[in-house]
Amino acid sequence: MPSEREHRFVGPRRGQLVFALAFVVIALLLLSQITGQTRWVEKTKFVAQPRFWPAVGLGGMLLMGGLHLYLLPWRRVSRYDMHEVRNWGKVLEYVLWFMAYVLAVPLLGYLPVTLAFVPALSWRMGYRGRLMMGLSLGFALLTVVLFKSLLGVKIPGGAIYEYLPGALRSFFILYL
Amino acid sequence: MDLILSAFEILMRWDVALALLAGSVGGVLIGAIPGVGPAVAIAILLPATFSMDPIVGLTVLLGIYGSSMYGGAIPAILINTPGTAVNALTTYDGYPMTARGEPRRALSLAYSASFYGGVFSVVCLILFAPLLAKVAPLFGSREIFLAALLGIILVVVAHRGQALIAGALAAFGIFIQTIGLEPVKYSQRYTFDQDFLGSGINLIVVVLGLFALSQAFVLLMDEDEKVHLTKLRGGMFQGLRELSRHPRIATVSASFGVLMGMIPGVGEFTAQFMSYTYAQKTSKRPQDFGNGSSEGLIAAETANNAVPAAAMVPLLALGIPGEALTAMMLSVFYVHNVVPGPALFQNRMDFVVALYLALLILNVLVLIFLLMATKSLIKVVKIPNRFLGVCILTLSFVGVYSLRNSATDCVMAAAFGMIGYILKRLSLPAVPIILGMVLGGIMEVKLRAGMARVKEPLDFIDRPVAFILFLIIVIVLVAHTIRVLKDRKERKEAEWQTKTSSTNFGGLMLRRKSSFLKGRGKQVRARHSKLLRRLTDLF
Repeated sequence: MPSEREHRFVGPRRGQLVFALAFVVIALLLLSQITGQTRWVEKTKFVAQPRFWPAVGLGGMLLMGGLHLYLLPWRRVSRYDMHEVRNWGKVLEYVLWFMAYVLAVPLLGYLPVTLAFVPALSWRMGYRGRLMMGLSLGFALLTVVLFKSLLGVKIPGGAIYEYLPGALRSFFILYL
Repeated sequence: MDLILSAFEILMRWDVALALLAGSVGGVLIGAIPGVGPAVAIAILLPATFSMDPIVGLTVLLGIYGSSMYGGAIPAILINTPGTAVNALTTYDGYPMTARGEPRRALSLAYSASFYGGVFSVVCLILFAPLLAKVAPLFGSREIFLAALLGIILVVVAHRGQALIAGALAAFGIFIQTIGLEPVKYSQRYTFDQDFLGSGINLIVVVLGLFALSQAFVLLMDEDEKVHLTKLRGGMFQGLRELSRHPRIATVSASFGVLMGMIPGVGEFTAQFMSYTYAQKTSKRPQDFGNGSSEGLIAAETANNAVPAAAMVPLLALGIPGEALTAMMLSVFYVHNVVPGPALFQNRMDFVVALYLALLILNVLVLIFLLMATKSLIKVVKIPNRFLGVCILTLSFVGVYSLRNSATDCVMAAAFGMIGYILKRLSLPAVPIILGMVLGGIMEVKLRAGMARVKEPLDFIDRPVAFILFLIIVIVLVAHTIRVLKDRKERKEAEWQTKTSSTNFGGLMLRRKSSFLKGRGKQVRARHSKLLRRLTDLF
């Protein structure tokens, strides 16, 4: 049966201990680098030192993170914690999808890559029907037209556009 | 009057009108889709607004902020899932109304209450604007530093039961804001000799990671839910009539919204909680609250819609954002070299009033749109979660990449997206990181400037406003400590009551130590031993 402290804890149990431990360890590691990574300037007030605010931030992280860790009602990493850590790792798949998209756009151009990326990821998520494929294509087209063609946000034209003939080339680089 | 006329002049442009329309309709749509809050939408649109005029960009963002809560009421009432986080209280009374067959009444009441809250707060603030313009110049560097500090402290202590980790995350925000080249002494801080860290970590990259990408990850990892929608029949105007029967609750709730919205770090939840409690306590039928009470719905919706306009006050008057959304809007100001603060209130009052008027017009537009189009709008609730994740991931790219066309930014945003995902899984707040970043930067600059003329520590609070702010900080900290101690005492009592294991004899003796040592205890034991002796003498 969970104890009163566990019962009153805000949020789920799984993963809390691992997160708090990692947080404190990172804060400690960063704080240990403070003399090398920041400078102490002579004849300058204490609060105006370049080292002051990183010290405040890291000190706060270590102090409050440490207290949080100390007050956690659990002291051992259970297998549910490890399940949770594995769940965090699973997100890496979508991070890779995102990074592949980011790296492909400057090479192949915003419109072609988006038109391929959205349906591909929808396919991966299990939406394989005609309706959802159509919707994803429509969404991809709408995104490009709205942001690049109409709002003119800064996304460079793909390297592949260089091979297009004259007028078409500049149109593609500017708007698609 | 001149002020209002010149404010109208600022707004009389086709692009502002378009921004108003886009902001209101877009905001309602975004609010109505559970899983996409205004934070996600604002984070994605932020870089796109940099190329617009400040008034146009801000109108779009403010429109999304102000109208998302209208939209958020739709799924809260129809499927018991709040569209945005602040509509959580709407489900208490909204969904029971739907369950007993009155979805139309609940929706129209929610819209009317939201409209009243929105309009009330804007009118209040337009009336107060001249007063604020007089108060704002009293804020110098020290006062702004103290106000920012108060903002951080309030955000931290508002997370009941999680204050320590919220504080640690705010400190994390303060730390990441210091990374890069320090602008006064030109020294590198925590760059580890990496070029990409030299210019620091961009706030928008962090915002997009923590809010947009993390939400995309959550949705992609989630399961799709089956949604059953109730059909809506009839008109939507009866809510306005019903609202007019409860003017007291609506006005008090809206006032709570305005007051709480102005205090950095407090915001919608406290306002809603206070007005809901007030409405329940003063109601003739308090037992209906939570079971489909119209008064409860009015209190919740009026309070949360009164907040956006009020939340702009600390941002515009002092340059201090009170929560994540206004923190994002601050970057729009910085990009256009319009520095919000006392000077803005003194010199560009027409701009401030124009923003408020835009919010007023927006509320009218949203109400008209919702009264006409709710029936077709509710279909967006049906968009499957994971497909929504795909869409947010695609749109996040626009946000991050258009900033500097840098793949490194995207890697950093993805890393913050993972941090945001972990925080969401653990039910930990991400907002303190953003506020730590923004307010940390403000505090660094203002403390340096403020300390230049301070010889002794007490000189720092020798001005009236600074002293009042310092006093409030002390009161907040003391109140928080008392609350923590009270919680601890309650927990100990509960632990004692629910203890099921056998109590050992030594422990029992130790706990009764003081009773043993007291005179009364000695007397009782002496009497017992006398009786015992008499008893043993018998045999």
